[in-house]
Amino acid sequence: MQEQKFVVSSSPHIHSEESVSSIMFDVLTALIPASVAGIYFFGYRAAIVLLTAVVSCVAFEAIYQYFMKKRITVNDLSAAVTGLLIGLNMPPSIPLWMVVIGSAFAIVIVKQLYGGLGKNFINPALAARCFMLIAWASAMTTYVTPFMGYGIDAVSSATPLAVLKGVSEGALPSLRNCFFGIKPGSIGETSAVMLSIGFIYLLVRKVIDFKIPAAYIIVFSVLTFMFGKTPYDATYTLYHILTGGLLLGAFFMATDYTTTPTTPLGQIIFGAGCGILTFVIRQFGGYPEGVSFSILLMNVVTPLIDRYTVPKKFGEVAKNVR
Amino acid sequence: MPATFKGGLHIEDFKDFTNKLPIKKLSDCGQHIFPLQQHIGAPLEAVVKVGDYVKVGQKIADSSAFVCAPLHSSVSGTVTDIKPFIHPSGAVVTSIAIENDFLYNISESVIPKGDPTNYTPEQIIAIIRDAGIVGLGGAGFPTHVKLSPPPDKKITHVIVNGAECEPYLTSDHRRMLESPDMILYGLKIAMRVLGLSNGYIGIETNKADAIKTMTAAADAYKGVKIIPLKTKYPQGAEKQLIKAITKRSVPSKGLPADVGVIVLNIDTVTAIANVFKTGMPLTSRIVTVSGDCVKEPGNFEVPLGVPFRHIFENAGGFMKEPRKIIMGGPMMGIAQFSLDAPSIKTTSALLALSDVGKTYDDISPCIRCGKCVNSCPMHLMPLYLNKAVSEGDLETAEKYNILDCIECGICSYLCPGRQNPLQHIRVAKQQIIEKSRKS
Ligand code: SF4
Ligand code: SF4
Repeated sequence: MQEQKFVVSSSPHIHSEESVSSIMFDVLTALIPASVAGIYFFGYRAAIVLLTAVVSCVAFEAIYQYFMKKRITVNDLSAAVTGLLIGLNMPPSIPLWMVVIGSAFAIVIVKQLYGGLGKNFINPALAARCFMLIAWASAMTTYVTPFMGYGIDAVSSATPLAVLKGVSEGALPSLRNCFFGIKPGSIGETSAVMLSIGFIYLLVRKVIDFKIPAAYIIVFSVLTFMFGKTPYDATYTLYHILTGGLLLGAFFMATDYTTTPTTPLGQIIFGAGCGILTFVIRQFGGYPEGVSFSILLMNVVTPLIDRYTVPKKFGEVAKNVR
Repeated sequence: MPATFKGGLHIEDFKDFTNKLPIKKLSDCGQHIFPLQQHIGAPLEAVVKVGDYVKVGQKIADSSAFVCAPLHSSVSGTVTDIKPFIHPSGAVVTSIAIENDFLYNISESVIPKGDPTNYTPEQIIAIIRDAGIVGLGGAGFPTHVKLSPPPDKKITHVIVNGAECEPYLTSDHRRMLESPDMILYGLKIAMRVLGLSNGYIGIETNKADAIKTMTAAADAYKGVKIIPLKTKYPQGAEKQLIKAITKRSVPSKGLPADVGVIVLNIDTVTAIANVFKTGMPLTSRIVTVSGDCVKEPGNFEVPLGVPFRHIFENAGGFMKEPRKIIMGGPMMGIAQFSLDAPSIKTTSALLALSDVGKTYDDISPCIRCGKCVNSCPMHLMPLYLNKAVSEGDLETAEKYNILDCIECGICSYLCPGRQNPLQHIRVAKQQIIEKSRKS
């Protein structure tokens, strides 16, 4: 055995396999079922929207980092995740140039200008969606019926939430169709089944924790059931859970690491806050939908939540327990 | 349900390399090096001179400091040198070199102490000190000090730590399988010293055979209970072990004795039993030699003072070039830069790993995933400690309880952003402690 140079560094000397890119890859994987459902229901136009969003986000990140002379980090896949989430939040008939601008907004303004991965304080995909809702209200709220075609022939249709709220005329799809995804809406929010499959995958892979989505959905459901437009009407409540962006938001946006609390108690507060806000906006606000705004608002107070929910350190309470 | 604590993490344990392999004797080694710093506490002073002939079990160094235990030779032979040698801590420490004459003449001072019930607790504590027994797990705190808690602390529990939660390590596991009676006998002596009628041995459930063996053997020892513990790192950390078994939380900045508990290692109680049965002081210990570079990993009974190179040679040498040599476990052990460092009382394992050191190369930022918060066994928020320290804000770090960190390494191990919070925390803790000493 001849002498050689050993690496001398401080413990720990081993590391888990997990990395940012492996986590982002898991999130992308988890979004595949919902994406496939969207493409199945809305045709190839949906595929093009998704692709446009992903490619734009990755490209904008690379271009920005190139010109700012930063390390190009698109291989951490976080921009791809943002892109896919933006795409899934789009109505299938959205003009593609709007998707490109929305993606630029998400990556350059919301993410990179605040310091890049891990530093942005609001969810880039949701910020982009809200920005687009304000900038191009009509394109962003024109929804087509599944299987009804795309492009010029698209038959626009009211979303179930708009019908429930009474701001639009139209027939409600059956609950069954809402569950499987045959209803008008954004590309990714149609199928509760497919979203749940992805959600369960992330739980099993321990990428996310159930606390935020559980608190979100439970608080929202209880409020809607008790104080909704038709109180104590289980069907009404179910429509509210299964339609709109609630599941997509609760499973995939409210669980974004960077913009949500890191403490267990903070996560419950965050989820509950999203539930309350979503209920209030859907019930009393002008928009039929409230998920995006609710999560964004809670994103903003996340640093505060973290600060006030610091866990009790080991040994802090139990002095002289004998 | 096996007992446990909140937080922590299941870590792949790599124990299959060695957990089926019986403890082997090491081949003779010509020159033994005994550093005068074997454990935390005051350094020792040599009581032998160059040229002296020493025998196995003869005291070669001691100190009058209380937090200190004497050192004994593991071989017979001539003292050839007393000079600075490389130490496993990376420092250079004055050490006694003894040329082995391979006769293993046993010192006259080695006399079996016999039945412990013939001794008062004070006498037993003195015997334990004279035998040089220290905590053989991590820091090596002298056992006689542990067994002499301040009189205002009423001790209710003595726990033997058989958790062995660090990956790769199997020395305690093998000891439990191969000499359960020595462990139980040693525990009984500790119970006698502390005036307790109950003693506990906590063992992680990944060592089902050890739980079985120990439970069967414990039948003959009244008052000893074997407690299965959930397999989770750091189950064997003192505070976490106490929590799991007694449900008591050692207060922040406190000691186990503050909640009436004393924790001893498997090898420590074995050493106590040994001095009563054979009279031999602590001159050897079990070392797991493992890692993906080691040709024939195994568990060895290693005398004190054997250079690491000799120990690895006993394990067949390296089959590929190691990038890192670690004394202890991969989570809390110390990286070595030389194979010349000798085994000391706290050498629980020697690992040779091929694929480390590059783990922190590909750094992403902290993505606030919260995994470190969820798993910190002290319920701290490593991400904020990391942030505060890297911004030089020690005040915030203190507010976030940086001094409570037990340096278990979980936060650095699991961080997907390949942040290394512990590295920052360690440096900052040092600075804070130094600052408070000055003021
Ligand atoms: S584990 Fe790493 S990335 Fe996650 S919150 Fe902690 S420091 Fe940040
Ligand atoms: S090293 Fe310290 S901060 Fe990190 S997980 Fe362990 S106790 Fe917590």
